[in-house]
Amino acid sequence: MKKTNLFLLVAFFLMSIHSFSQDAISKGKEIFGDLKARHIGPALMSGRITDLDLHPTNDRVILAGTAGGGVWKSSNGGATFNPIFDDYCQSIGAVAIDPSNPDNTYWVGTGETWTRNSVSLGDGLYKTVDGGSNWTKMGFEKSERIAGIQINPKNPDEVYVAVLGPLWSDSDERGLYKTTDGGKTWNKILFVNKTTGCGDLLLDPKNPNTVYVTFWEVRRQPWAFSSGGINSAIYKSTDAGKTFNKIHNGIPKGKLGRMAIAAAPSNPNILYTVVESEQDKDKGLYRSEDGGANWKLLNGDFGLVVRPFYFSRIVVDPRNPDVIVKGGLFGSISRDGGKTFKDLGPLHSDVHDIVFDIHNSDRMYAATDGGIYRSWDGGTTMEMVENIPVSQFYHVSVDNAEPHYNVYGGLQDNNAWYGPSSSPGGVEARDWVRVGVGDGYRVYPHPTKKLVYSEMQGAENVWRYDPAKDQAKTIQPLTQKGDPKLRFNWNAAITTSPSQNHPDRLYMGSQFLHRSEDMGESWTKISPDLTTNDPKKQNQEDSGGLSRDNSGAENHCTIFTIAESPLDDNVVWVGTDDGNLQLTKDGGKTWTNVIANVPGLPKNTMTYHIEASVFEKGRAYAVFTGYQTGDMNTYIYRTNDFGATWKSIATPDIYGFARSLQEDYVNENLLFVGTEFGLFVTLDGGTSWYKFTNNMPAANVHYLELHKKTNDLVIATHGRGIIIIDDISPLRELTAENMGKDLHFFTSKKATIPETNGFGSTSTETQFVGNNASDAARIAYFLKKRHTLGKMTMEVQDMNGNKITDLDPGKSKGINVINWNFTTKPPKVATGKTFTFGGFTSPRVPAGDYKIVVQKGKETFTQTLMVQYDPKSTISLADRKAQEEMTKKLFDMTQDLAYLTYNVDELTKVSESIKAKSPAGAKVATPFMDELSKLKDKLVITKGDNYVGAGEPQLREDLADLYARVANSFYKPNTAEIDNMTAMQGRLATAKEEFKKIKDKHLSKITNQLNKDGAKDPLVFKTFDEFLQMK
Amino acid sequence: MKLKSVLTMAAMIFFVAANAQTADEIIAKYHENTGGVEKWKAIQGVKMTLVGKQQAMEIPMEMIRLKDGKSYSHFSFQGMMFKQNVFDGTTLWSTNQQTMKAEKSDSEATENYKVNDAQDFPDQFLDYAKKGYKLELIGKETVEGTQTFKLKLTKKPIKVDGKEVENVEFHYFDTENYVPLLMESEAKSGPAKGMVMQIKTSDYQEVDGLLFPFTMTQGAKGQPGGFSMTISKIELNPKTDATLFAFPAAGK
Repeated sequence: MKKTNLFLLVAFFLMSIHSFSQDAISKGKEIFGDLKARHIGPALMSGRITDLDLHPTNDRVILAGTAGGGVWKSSNGGATFNPIFDDYCQSIGAVAIDPSNPDNTYWVGTGETWTRNSVSLGDGLYKTVDGGSNWTKMGFEKSERIAGIQINPKNPDEVYVAVLGPLWSDSDERGLYKTTDGGKTWNKILFVNKTTGCGDLLLDPKNPNTVYVTFWEVRRQPWAFSSGGINSAIYKSTDAGKTFNKIHNGIPKGKLGRMAIAAAPSNPNILYTVVESEQDKDKGLYRSEDGGANWKLLNGDFGLVVRPFYFSRIVVDPRNPDVIVKGGLFGSISRDGGKTFKDLGPLHSDVHDIVFDIHNSDRMYAATDGGIYRSWDGGTTMEMVENIPVSQFYHVSVDNAEPHYNVYGGLQDNNAWYGPSSSPGGVEARDWVRVGVGDGYRVYPHPTKKLVYSEMQGAENVWRYDPAKDQAKTIQPLTQKGDPKLRFNWNAAITTSPSQNHPDRLYMGSQFLHRSEDMGESWTKISPDLTTNDPKKQNQEDSGGLSRDNSGAENHCTIFTIAESPLDDNVVWVGTDDGNLQLTKDGGKTWTNVIANVPGLPKNTMTYHIEASVFEKGRAYAVFTGYQTGDMNTYIYRTNDFGATWKSIATPDIYGFARSLQEDYVNENLLFVGTEFGLFVTLDGGTSWYKFTNNMPAANVHYLELHKKTNDLVIATHGRGIIIIDDISPLRELTAENMGKDLHFFTSKKATIPETNGFGSTSTETQFVGNNASDAARIAYFLKKRHTLGKMTMEVQDMNGNKITDLDPGKSKGINVINWNFTTKPPKVATGKTFTFGGFTSPRVPAGDYKIVVQKGKETFTQTLMVQYDPKSTISLADRKAQEEMTKKLFDMTQDLAYLTYNVDELTKVSESIKAKSPAGAKVATPFMDELSKLKDKLVITKGDNYVGAGEPQLREDLADLYARVANSFYKPNTAEIDNMTAMQGRLATAKEEFKKIKDKHLSKITNQLNKDGAKDPLVFKTFDEFLQMK
Repeated sequence: MKLKSVLTMAAMIFFVAANAQTADEIIAKYHENTGGVEKWKAIQGVKMTLVGKQQAMEIPMEMIRLKDGKSYSHFSFQGMMFKQNVFDGTTLWSTNQQTMKAEKSDSEATENYKVNDAQDFPDQFLDYAKKGYKLELIGKETVEGTQTFKLKLTKKPIKVDGKEVENVEFHYFDTENYVPLLMESEAKSGPAKGMVMQIKTSDYQEVDGLLFPFTMTQGAKGQPGGFSMTISKIELNPKTDATLFAFPAAGK
């Protein structure tokens, strides 16, 4: 074996952690306050999981890295997972638990290494020493993707990091790195060249001085993928990384591609590697029984050689060196040392990693494009973890459905869908409707009809789907006589028209812009080829490198974005993936390429998104991405003159290259931008930007949509599903003047009392359920300073100043949002031996104006809130008033009964004291008490418990039940309820009369006895009003 | 010296001062600003009368904490009283809401309470090292729109379903007033297991020379809803009877 001493000792120190301004985060936190994002998933298909690691001694703890959804941790053996890395880059290459301190120390290498065309990128290596509560970046800022992390189990300060490095460009920041001081400094101990990175890494399970590593020569371009080269290799070090030798005895000569490596923990001399090589006959699984000195090809089955860039992972059973699992399209398992394989049991396709439980090899976990799967029987039966919403949306659109609009979008490897923005009990798996197969991209509702347009990769199919009939019709433009081959992007451009005049209009982009006026039944090409039509970028048949990979994912010179002006349906913008920006002002008759007018933009930078303004016909925003050529700059521009001139509105406040932009419909200075690392907001037209972090992970934001009616910002993340910020309208009022006030109430919308009281969701405890939007009245205000010292209260009052209820005011500096569910306080209920659940019901207020009064120290701030009944409701005002009146009567009766019971109880107490004092007193008190007791038995339950041991319901319980029924209803009371109330009124009146009779009969004797006993004013009880104030 | 240099120097001094904080200094300042360590050490017990609130539902409550670790709380509904987290030094117990009878907490919860909560009078920070806790300053962070010091308090490990786990709380102290605005800790069991639970504190008011937060709002980070507690009265060194804390005899 030729000894290759390739090691390089290049020490470098931690670089500055962020190139963008951290101020954008902290300043954002100072204003956004309670304006929080909510996640609606979905999790029913989860999303791509890239890497798994297990706690070495606690089989409940599992760490999972995901393609775009951060890091998730399970503390219950994989029943459920929680995110622990939300504030940082969400694309994860590798996760590692430190074996020396597995409860606290984890390492996360960002940047996925399963390098599909849509792969995201990372921004370095992170470490936590407190189980994920706090993370520190440990360098590798420009590494883009980290393939492996190995920690010496005997020395936690000694860590190896395999940096695959940039996918689309040359870089020195790749190779194998080592620290011996816990990550403070790093040495690059093995570097091959600027195009060859470290693809896999392994420490010998029994001897941490032995290191195995594979190098992979790889490059992506927007139009091609190349896996393999003469520099790919497998290396071994036996001196803790000081020197490395190539271990290729038995490995094919020539160019090699991506190779995985694994050792059997029970016998580390047994090694496995999968090899991507020039000749098909040489590709496959190799085994060594002498620590890599010699290799022998065992198997070249499909499951072992399929798409090495996506599936290079081998895992060996920790207890049996002959049980091997290989990642793959379906995942393969061998139980004979690699001679033969079978597929894993049915699970989502595209298996990227597998781990065996630390105690029991029957228990396995698999990482797939559709989430984490658990097996209890050695991989035959797989069950999915149902609470990890890491779905990768490419796009989102919305409709105007009532009461909750729907969101529409397509997912990486997980079809096209629509689902509700809110749903009874929360947004759950059953709420989502599949409207396409394959990889889903852009999905649109028909603007006026209940139809859905959807597509699969490369416009292989574009459908018009009728959910009511469950009928899908394919409608994509097809080649006509004389046409060249139509080139559609993998994520093919499709859009509807914002014009109310053209509800049936549909646009599709190949290299041409196609327009249909009849929902896709027929198409007209309304442009010439709008791309550069560069033939050098159209050889996808040759793409893939050593393993041909012509999936269509690299189709290039295509239209990627289309935007018709909302102000003029003849103005249409088109952006192409090869860097053109075309405009027609006459509905497609003539086109102008305005890309040369964009200053500071490198040629052929992809036009990713165009936003045609709602304010001016000539205004548009354009977002460009150059990341697929290694240009990570942020490119966001605005034109006001139909593209004749452009001004950059990107500032260093923004972190990550941008993909999406949304203009507000009301405040032209309010813009939202989605980047590779999160959501940014400007209040001043792009002069300065804030990062939005309230429950918004630093996820890759592919698309933004602002719902016109609700003002909800709907965010399509490529890794955390759909995220919504409900009603962003307060941001429109964040002027310097308003932010300078001690407290500024934001304009409140008329609040509508919701008329829903159904039965909620059907999800079980381990399933993800997305949070709903609040349907309560929303009270929002801005505080100049956090309220910390002294008292601050909030009341709802009627317009005469009478208190309706207390609310808890928010006290954060910035925006505070308080929800009021339109109820007053519940009635005071008679004391009893059990609960009466109906008594917890709070009546709703009637429609009308209310005052919101904030008392902050000595200052009072007031705002009027208008409350209305649902204008779409069929319930008449007379019916509502009947319901409110009866509720009021029953409320009052409940309190009357409570007061009666209080008096009975107080007299009973007094009588007990008389009885205890003397036999004479007992003689007077006992009959009185007996009669009171008999009465009370009819008023409330006086025995039993709060469950099935409860006594028979009495007047209090019957009354509270009726009260709750009527108060919770939206309809006029029915006859049964009215008759029931009449009966109850009779019972209450009878009880009061009876009480009076008992008092008339006995009270004078009791008073006399009290006088004899020398009591002072013993029979002064609280008045009704005083009683109501008692806590 | 030119004005610019003076300002630069002043700014530098300020910067150094602001960054030279240690966890101990922050805690010392907190105790100083809220009444002084000696005063905090002198109190033997606290009784709070408060109202718990979740939307329209208001729940009258009372809580007592004593220096010797005993604690008591109850809430009332419709004339029924439910005692919660009552600790007599040995037994942790609550009222079962179905049967209305006292039931002991499981032994793990009791043990966890004994080694941590029972020591935390009047707060977690006073003599934290003597209790066996560890305190670190993590850095500055903006929470509640406000710049805070983030402190990590590692308390004694607790047992969760038979396994020992670390018990960590993060406390965010306002850099202006040096009082806690927020506490975060991971739920170790129950339906919220793995989620970060938060308690926000505000409305600090003085009671006999000591500053207490009169409002506390609890909830899970990132989740809607929550439960608030608004204190109406705080009594220092309340008179209590041992029977208040004792686990009741059978049938009571």
